[in-house]
Amino acid sequence: MLKAIVTVMLKKGIFDPQGRAVQNGLESIGFDKVKGVRIGKQLEMDLEMDDRATAETSVHEMCDKMLANPVVESYSFEIKEA
Amino acid sequence: MNWGVLLFPGSNCAEDCFHAIDQVLQKPVKYLWHKDTDLGDVDAIIIPGGFSYGDHLRPGAIAHFSPAMTAVKEFAANGGLVIGICNGFQILTESKMLPGSLMQNRGLKFLCQDQTLKVDNADTPFTSEYKSGDTVVFPIAHNEGNYYAAPETIAEMEANGQILFRYSNPAGLVNDETNPNGSINSIAGIVNRKGNVMGMMPHPERSSDITLGLSDGKGVFVSMLKHLESHQSRN
Repeated sequence: MLKAIVTVMLKKGIFDPQGRAVQNGLESIGFDKVKGVRIGKQLEMDLEMDDRATAETSVHEMCDKMLANPVVESYSFEIKEA
Repeated sequence: MNWGVLLFPGSNCAEDCFHAIDQVLQKPVKYLWHKDTDLGDVDAIIIPGGFSYGDHLRPGAIAHFSPAMTAVKEFAANGGLVIGICNGFQILTESKMLPGSLMQNRGLKFLCQDQTLKVDNADTPFTSEYKSGDTVVFPIAHNEGNYYAAPETIAEMEANGQILFRYSNPAGLVNDETNPNGSINSIAGIVNRKGNVMGMMPHPERSSDITLGLSDGKGVFVSMLKHLESHQSRN
């Protein structure tokens, strides 16, 4: 069994209002050195697979087809032993 | 002239759309189910608003894999008229039938208000009842209505007259202050290059019956009807 951890973020350059709100909130409680806060999603999944290369190909396909919207989002992932 | 309203688990504006066709236009309309692979004898399809599949992952992200959407794509490829409203618009962008994507509103709030729009292109099957430059009032009710597409895509759409409605003020002014959700170029509604698939965040069906207080939206459905009728009489 392998585990995939997928991170989906808004693409660089696309304004992230949630990130800005959090940054403003942090600033208001004194963390004024924090810049460029961005919020994304993390998906964890167990894969009934043993071969890493197969798992990588499969997760790429999942991201391209469904998990991320390439118009506004980018993704990255890591595969680990479950 | 048969109309179909496509239902997903979580659609919640379907009855309003049905009412606009059945009671306001007084034309035959039926519900289509997301599991249908054959849409039957329909001339126009409405994909209504709501929260299909709970908006999980992203609005429209799951709905576009439903069997009925394969049939809708085929219908559109053959020139059929398709309109997606609110969540229906999100489903059409997720399914790549329309360019771009709809992100969370710039102000992070769900917006629910009557909204003035400026008609940008009245020379389409969806807007022929209006004049370019007209202002109309449709309700908006969305959390993810912030339209975005890459600058080169926007430039192409602008050049091709694919922007049908923009958020404006009652005087028809379009600028950042009259833009409720942060949409690029204040875009509220678009059409595909071929001109037969349209998506918009504002709700024409909720402003199509004066009994409900607003009737500007009726023009969208009347435009579609006239297009279908003239097309049919040519055949």
